Amino acid sequence: MPTALPSLLSSASTYAAGLATHDGEAHAATGFASYAWLLIAFPLLGTAVLLLGGRRTDRWGPVAATLLSWASFVVGLILFFVMFGQPSEDRAWSVHVYEWVTGGSFTADVNLLVDPLSLAFVLLITFVGSLIHVYSIGYMKHDPDRRRFFAYLNFFVASMLLLVLADNYLALYMGWEGVGLASWLLIGFWNMNPAYATAANKAFFANRVGDFGLSVAMFIMFFHFGSVNFADVNVGVAGLQGANQGFMTAMGLMLLLAACGKSAQFPLQSWLGDAMAGPTPVSALIHAATMVTAGVYLIVRSGTIFEASPTAQLIVAIVGAITLLFGAIVGCAKDDIKKALAASTMSQIGYMMLAAGLGPIGYAFAIFHLITHGFFKAGMFLGSGSVMHAMNDQVDMRRFGGLATVMKITWLTFGAGWLAIIGIPPFAGFWSKDKIIESAFVGEGWRPWVFGLAALIGAGITAFYMTRLFFMTFHGKRRWTEDVHPHESPATMTIPMIVLAIGSAFMGLILGPTGAFSTWLEPVTGAVEEHHPVIPVPVIIAVTLVFVLVGGGLAWMRYLRDDVPLTAPAGNQLTKAARLDLYQDHVNEALLMRPGIHLTRSLVFADGEGIDGAAGGLAAFIGGWAARMRKVQNGFVRSYALTMLAGIVAILGALWVIQ
Amino acid sequence: MTALAPAAFQQANIDYLAVLPLLIVFGTALVGVLVEAFMPRTHRHTVQATIAVVGLVLGFVGVIIATGHQGLTMGFADGATGRRLFSLAIDGPALFMQGSIVLLGILGILTMAERFGGVGSDAFTPSGASTPGSAIEAASTRAGLITSEVFPLTIFAIGGMMLFPTVNDLIGMFVALEVLSLPLYILSGLARRRRLLSQEAALKYFLLGAFSSAFFLFGTALLYGYAGSVYFPDLSAAITQNQLGLNPLLLGGAFLVFVGLLFKVNSVPFHGWTPDVYQGAPSPVTGFMAACTKAAAFGAILRLAYVGLDTAAWQWQNGVIIVAVLTMIVGSVLSVAQTDMKRLLAYSSIAHAGFILVGVLSFDRSGVSSVLFYVVTYGFSIIAAFALVTLVRQDGGEATHLSQWAGLGKKHPIVAGTMAFLMLAFAGIPLTSGFVAKFAVFAAAIHAGGSTGLALVIIGAACSAITVFVYARVIVLMFFSEPADDSVEVVIPSAAMTFSIAIGTLVTLALGIVPASLLDLADRASQFVR
Repeated sequence: MPTALPSLLSSASTYAAGLATHDGEAHAATGFASYAWLLIAFPLLGTAVLLLGGRRTDRWGPVAATLLSWASFVVGLILFFVMFGQPSEDRAWSVHVYEWVTGGSFTADVNLLVDPLSLAFVLLITFVGSLIHVYSIGYMKHDPDRRRFFAYLNFFVASMLLLVLADNYLALYMGWEGVGLASWLLIGFWNMNPAYATAANKAFFANRVGDFGLSVAMFIMFFHFGSVNFADVNVGVAGLQGANQGFMTAMGLMLLLAACGKSAQFPLQSWLGDAMAGPTPVSALIHAATMVTAGVYLIVRSGTIFEASPTAQLIVAIVGAITLLFGAIVGCAKDDIKKALAASTMSQIGYMMLAAGLGPIGYAFAIFHLITHGFFKAGMFLGSGSVMHAMNDQVDMRRFGGLATVMKITWLTFGAGWLAIIGIPPFAGFWSKDKIIESAFVGEGWRPWVFGLAALIGAGITAFYMTRLFFMTFHGKRRWTEDVHPHESPATMTIPMIVLAIGSAFMGLILGPTGAFSTWLEPVTGAVEEHHPVIPVPVIIAVTLVFVLVGGGLAWMRYLRDDVPLTAPAGNQLTKAARLDLYQDHVNEALLMRPGIHLTRSLVFADGEGIDGAAGGLAAFIGGWAARMRKVQNGFVRSYALTMLAGIVAILGALWVIQ
Repeated sequence: MTALAPAAFQQANIDYLAVLPLLIVFGTALVGVLVEAFMPRTHRHTVQATIAVVGLVLGFVGVIIATGHQGLTMGFADGATGRRLFSLAIDGPALFMQGSIVLLGILGILTMAERFGGVGSDAFTPSGASTPGSAIEAASTRAGLITSEVFPLTIFAIGGMMLFPTVNDLIGMFVALEVLSLPLYILSGLARRRRLLSQEAALKYFLLGAFSSAFFLFGTALLYGYAGSVYFPDLSAAITQNQLGLNPLLLGGAFLVFVGLLFKVNSVPFHGWTPDVYQGAPSPVTGFMAACTKAAAFGAILRLAYVGLDTAAWQWQNGVIIVAVLTMIVGSVLSVAQTDMKRLLAYSSIAHAGFILVGVLSFDRSGVSSVLFYVVTYGFSIIAAFALVTLVRQDGGEATHLSQWAGLGKKHPIVAGTMAFLMLAFAGIPLTSGFVAKFAVFAAAIHAGGSTGLALVIIGAACSAITVFVYARVIVLMFFSEPADDSVEVVIPSAAMTFSIAIGTLVTLALGIVPASLLDLADRASQFVR
């Protein structure tokens, strides 16, 4: 296949201009842009110093880590202004870092691709990341291991930046594994708690399934195009001109599997709720604002592949639509404030995934919602951390209530996030989510109706559960346990919340209606064409607002007008199901969680017998099979010799038959 | 095929510099034997270990010198036809393997020499000939006997391993195979603790090794019957001349010869001995075997597949493909069920053999270089891993059951952290050498192996995803579990052993971040001489 590439490339270039509006050529970076590697180097330096420096760095380590993260943001900001001064066709720079793998058949450079898409992510990651570093100084103040915490946090920022800046899938994979590792370490940060460690493992296993998808996608690309560079793959896909559908679809689905694992999308969503076991700043940064959105980034970055395979693209949209409803329904039933927010994250990423699955009309909006979501969801997580701080680390919203008066700043900042996520104009979420709903209504046949209505209903449910969460926490009767004395958090915690709240309030207004954001992304995602939804746009906006108001109103009736019982009422079948995450654990436990618990348990307690063949599930299947095969390993030389002989005879026989 | 006329044989001129590394290493082994005979016991351990290390260092210098003298050397020239017989092929792959084996051998010797404050090597019994638990054994311990003959034995094995990928004919290959195997059989049986297990392992290894050698010889006989020669270039030429479709002599001979070699790399279904021997043998010996035997045997497999039987690949490759698939699947699936650290590493070693075979099956220069790279990276990691296994102790003996490793990270973060890092390397996580190595073999297979290559790689990717569970589970156990037993302790290694572990770990890290230079070297060394 690779030998066919040169001719394929030449014929592709003309076609590529038409189909692939994606970055055709990245110019070698000049001037300050060639220092883009500093973005990654700063936080990486922090990790190294804090981990190698040991206890000596305990005193100044956290502050140093925070400053390095800000330094990275400053670099990003300068790059942004430099890029802003360039004409739009020159806004893709390639920065050579080093040759990672060189071999006869394969070379992989670690090159950074600085373009509007990656830079938007850089600014989000470094800005929100730095704010969360600041917040953590206050939040983790009394933790004896905070040095390690900041080292991991810096490592996460560096890996995430590599993920979005890589110009090829292999370097992206390196960042992908890095953020997975950081997430794993940080979820399990308080590893003295076995439940937390199990949660960390669950995240790890779901991510592995995703990583497998990404690696197979890479292998297919390499097989087909002889390269895993974004540019080469885009050109290669364009050169196929719609041929080889099967391969395109396989590649697309494998990328989607990767995205599902990382972004907690159906059917690999179950780990996100449990990941809330980690410290709250981690939930805000990794499990709300940045890492979990990496899947959306991957899909948008691989846009050409999905455009070449309508089947894969449709499945992306379906997965997005299922997850957005799934997360929203689960969110309605959770009493744990962080788990409710996690369900909401899942649902909001579902919106982004849906938008990404709509093709070029959705890409810019997917990223736009991703950015605004990064702000308002991180803000709300930090707010929930502040509430937990005040309430002795309780998370049960049934024991909150009436906090608005004692925690004014937290209340106001959380309020901004709440209005943003439910999409009340002029808050950020309105501008970004509304565009996704509009785009979902574009198309022919059944699709606009199914996707549009899913998005619309999702908006209503979102308004319900977020309003429920907000009222249960900040308003109504004080249902506090007796030993709590809520108070406002220190300035290191409130200032980041205020900054994020300002973003949640105004960012949409600045970037949305002016079209500034879609124009910015245009060199990567292509121009947003005029589109005509099956229902007129003003009607969509009006109906969405009605849905939002109805959802919010219902929540108001049940959780503010009526008293909130201290223990959850029995509820109907749907509520019960939603409390159990719509049985996702029952389904996925067998697939994902058992390997962790089951194997560790069998290791520590059981003797040589090991696996006892528990029912169901991939792990049990493998384990059970492994146990049966262990019997072959009985220790007798004669049976080993017989196995060898039988193997030789069988293989020789097979060879004879095959030939 | 003309019968060879012995009278016409002439000793070919020998380029001594080209075989210098072999001469040095075998010479060192002989010196070791003399020292063993004449040196008083008190200093023997130190002297033997020093001689071994110095000999290997000189051997490495020899390898560097030999790079300037590549080509066919030694052997006999057939006066009638002018062909060279039984010559050694001093070429890129051979020298690369020799250099790697020598370097890995140094690390292996350093771990074997560890005394932990005792008289002789801690891992080895004071008296190999005594019955376990007998009065003689106890008396030997009291008398301060030591088995310092392990050093010359190891050096002999290293010499055989260096010869293995260098020989260019089937008989020579068989001789090298036995030279490297016999010392290993003895070394496997010399464990100081759990000696019965160790002796059982040695016997199993010996019996099954003999069994596989018999297959190798049978295959050699069949191939001789087919081609009238055991010399690789002759074989290759004969196959080209007789393209008569499927030939039972050729097919059977080729596959049986491969069986003999595949046995040595622990591939399925010839893997039965691996977990038992890896578990029973003294851990430093296991680490040495896992690293060096694998390297040597893959060197030999490469030469056989790319020089001797290359033209008949379409006949035998399906057999090796079946073996590769079985090896990957069985190795990774069975590793899930292991509860003993050494057995786990044994199954991991089996799975790795499968991944490397995928590279062999690409039939391309990039395949050769990726295999060369893989065995080196794996060797450094596995030697360090088995060295770490010797450090974790309970009641004086090694604590190899995984439950004994639970919670190790809390009390001994450096040992547990290093092990965790090596586990990440075995799992093939980026920024470790394991990732680059795996990617290199997979890339070679996709690049040159066509759809078969892609299919093998996808199976490989799935299997490597399974193995990640295994390694992650060990990490989880070390860091996230409560210690099951407080009496598990970590002994402090000597400087030499620390050096060996540190080098193994640092190489694993360095080849993950900047693999380019070694990949380059492997690439330049990937051309066989014919």
